[in-house]
Amino acid sequence: MTTADTTDRPAAVPGAVAAPVASRGQRFTGAAANYIDERTSISGAVRELGRKVFPDHWSFMLGEVALYSFVVILLTGTFLTFFYDPSMTEVEYDGSYVPLKGLEMSAAMASSLDISFDVRGGLLMRQVHHWAALLFVASIGLHMLRVFFTGAFRKPREINWVIGFVLFILAMAEGFTGYSLPDDLLSGNGLRIIDGMVKGLPLIGTWISWLLFDGEFPGTAVIPRLFTLHILLLPAILVAALGVHMLLLIINKHTQFAGPGRTNENVVGIPIMPTFAAKGGGFFFIVFGILTLMGAFFTINPIWAYGPYDPSPVSAGTQPDWYIGFADGALRLVPPGLEFVLFDRTFSFNIILPVIVLTGFIALIAVYPFIEAWVTGDKREHHIAERPRNSPTRTSIGAAGITFYMVLFVAASSDLIATHFGLSIEGVIHTMQALFFIGPVAAFFLTKRICLGLQKKDREIALHGIESGRIVRLPGGEYIEVHEQLDDYERWRLVSYLDYKPLMIRPDHRGRITLAQRARAAVSSWFFEDRISPPTTTEVERQHAGQH
Amino acid sequence: MRQLSSKNRTASARPGRRSPLATVALIIVGLMTTGGAYAMFSSTAAAETTTAVTQSMVEDGQKLFAANCATCHGLDAEGTKAGPSLYGVGAASVHFQVGTGRMPLAANGPQAPDKPAQFTEEQTLAMAAYVASLAPGPDIPSEEYLQGDGDATLGAELFRINCAMCHNVAGAGGALTEGKYAPSLSGVESVHVYEAMVTGPQNMPVFNDLTISPEEKADIITYLKYLEENPSPGGFDLGNLGPVSEGLFAWIFGLGAMVAVTIWIAAKAS
Repeated sequence: MTTADTTDRPAAVPGAVAAPVASRGQRFTGAAANYIDERTSISGAVRELGRKVFPDHWSFMLGEVALYSFVVILLTGTFLTFFYDPSMTEVEYDGSYVPLKGLEMSAAMASSLDISFDVRGGLLMRQVHHWAALLFVASIGLHMLRVFFTGAFRKPREINWVIGFVLFILAMAEGFTGYSLPDDLLSGNGLRIIDGMVKGLPLIGTWISWLLFDGEFPGTAVIPRLFTLHILLLPAILVAALGVHMLLLIINKHTQFAGPGRTNENVVGIPIMPTFAAKGGGFFFIVFGILTLMGAFFTINPIWAYGPYDPSPVSAGTQPDWYIGFADGALRLVPPGLEFVLFDRTFSFNIILPVIVLTGFIALIAVYPFIEAWVTGDKREHHIAERPRNSPTRTSIGAAGITFYMVLFVAASSDLIATHFGLSIEGVIHTMQALFFIGPVAAFFLTKRICLGLQKKDREIALHGIESGRIVRLPGGEYIEVHEQLDDYERWRLVSYLDYKPLMIRPDHRGRITLAQRARAAVSSWFFEDRISPPTTTEVERQHAGQH
Repeated sequence: MRQLSSKNRTASARPGRRSPLATVALIIVGLMTTGGAYAMFSSTAAAETTTAVTQSMVEDGQKLFAANCATCHGLDAEGTKAGPSLYGVGAASVHFQVGTGRMPLAANGPQAPDKPAQFTEEQTLAMAAYVASLAPGPDIPSEEYLQGDGDATLGAELFRINCAMCHNVAGAGGALTEGKYAPSLSGVESVHVYEAMVTGPQNMPVFNDLTISPEEKADIITYLKYLEENPSPGGFDLGNLGPVSEGLFAWIFGLGAMVAVTIWIAAKAS
């Protein structure tokens, strides 16, 4: 800011004698900026930050959607804490909603109803908060998929992938703790399922459950505890992780898609100051606006319809919010009778099996960058975002993962699928059980073929151009179809990608081939045995020579 | 009160004269008595038309039954392989099954779906009277339980405990096993709700008067009427299907809108 001030003056001085001195406002801004800078040396940071470059591709803004949703969550959540009473004390509801009047319920539920019906703007805030939470997790998910499929998690960004993953888990934890706070029937049922999952853990399950609920479920301690987690511990960790995530984003810089002038050594885009900041600031208000419209017009979590929590009733169509759906689906897909009796003890696998599968799946997401780095043996830095087709095996793994997740996710709504499509619920469950195994494999092979096909097509276009449909008869009588050649910029987009080859098994310095070496070579050949190499310069030139 | 004040006045000032307001009071009393009596008689008359059974109704019902129901239920409603016996199901059951269009069955399936009713109310009542004449069973409920003027809070609580596990807390319906389902309760007439509770059609259990008293059934009907007459305070209810429809909405419309905006922002000005 001080630099801006000094550069302004020389421009003004030679102009004319009568040139106006900086206005009062400008002088004040300059002085204030100088005051702050002399005490904090912030100008360096501002200079760095102000020059942070954002590539102009829409898919790079999904993380921003998540960030802005989080800000909306913070604002509306703060409003809600003013009126919410995190207590399980029994009170008699005496608010405006007629079908609950006079009913005994926890103070948490009663205050949530008061927020909905008797606090001005309370229902809007509650609904915006909840919609924003759903979109927060959804946009994180989409952002992660973008990063995954473009290989933006490769060196030097593996750490940031892991931090992003932690943010994803924290967002889900925030969502679940918040979902439980109104202490309504639906969330109570959800909490009971979590309690069941915890109790299903061998040996420690019951202990952990009693620790969480301070005795037998539901007790009177869990809502205040979840509230503390929801507004204190989890957000604190989330904000800290978010800060590190953004810091690493600035240090590592954005990736970008290959294009003319866009290489592994630079970043092309708009600097944050002033254009992008304006765009981003405007984008925040658009996100806020969309969320407010959703909260204003669409009911979410109608706790007044669910009623207060009571362990006896369970409603049909009891589901968790979407981001926990895959866990619910996993429980629904477990076939019955996975247990046996030995030494007078029942060993049940009905809960522990899905828990293991889910934990394994989630852990795989967290460590994927390290697995791929180990397989490729690639120690280079990568700043070019890959087109998904140019890494067929990774894209196929991603597609298999999405299919796996979707099968579990869809299974969580098996009852609604049955009623709305006129199917039997057993049929839906059995189909999903089959798809659980077949789906990811089919998706893997299908995606790989599609990627390789697209790569072949790209190679064809890079070498021969696009068929114009124009047939020309040569003087000699020969007919040819004219191919329109791509210009160099367009061709660069098609040919500039990394071509990995399977690793060779080589003996180490002691002349031995270790087991790890063999495993790595096997995985590497599985990764890269099917591949389409980009056309080389020679090939392109030879093709051109042939054409003319 | 009025009499009292007029008495006071007679005692103090002008004996032998009525207050001018007494005429008005008398007229009001007279009107209310006539009106009340009329309302009472007319409502009992209406209630009687639904319950009073004449021999001609039973005969009409028998003819309709023989023409439309006997193929499956047997000529004497004794039941066949295709349909159960109707002895003891009562008038309520017939009125429910035929009145909601579930019977006559259009096709065999896991469950009879509701469809536009094929018979007029009069014909339905005739068939109900015929089936009720064969053996005693639950009767069509009287109007007093169907007004929706009971205790909505108690009704909601009873609904959550007894009905919500199949019909969903908001009455949106839910899945049962083998392709069967609990239907949505929105738009279902109160009389049919009551009859379903006392007869337990399809896979529904019977909630007899010992389990849920007629007054409590009226409370449940009150709650359902409340839900129907008061749309969700939060805006469009997305089918009252809970987090599944909310999640779909968030992904398709919420995130869809966000992505559309990102594409718009990142688009190059051309």
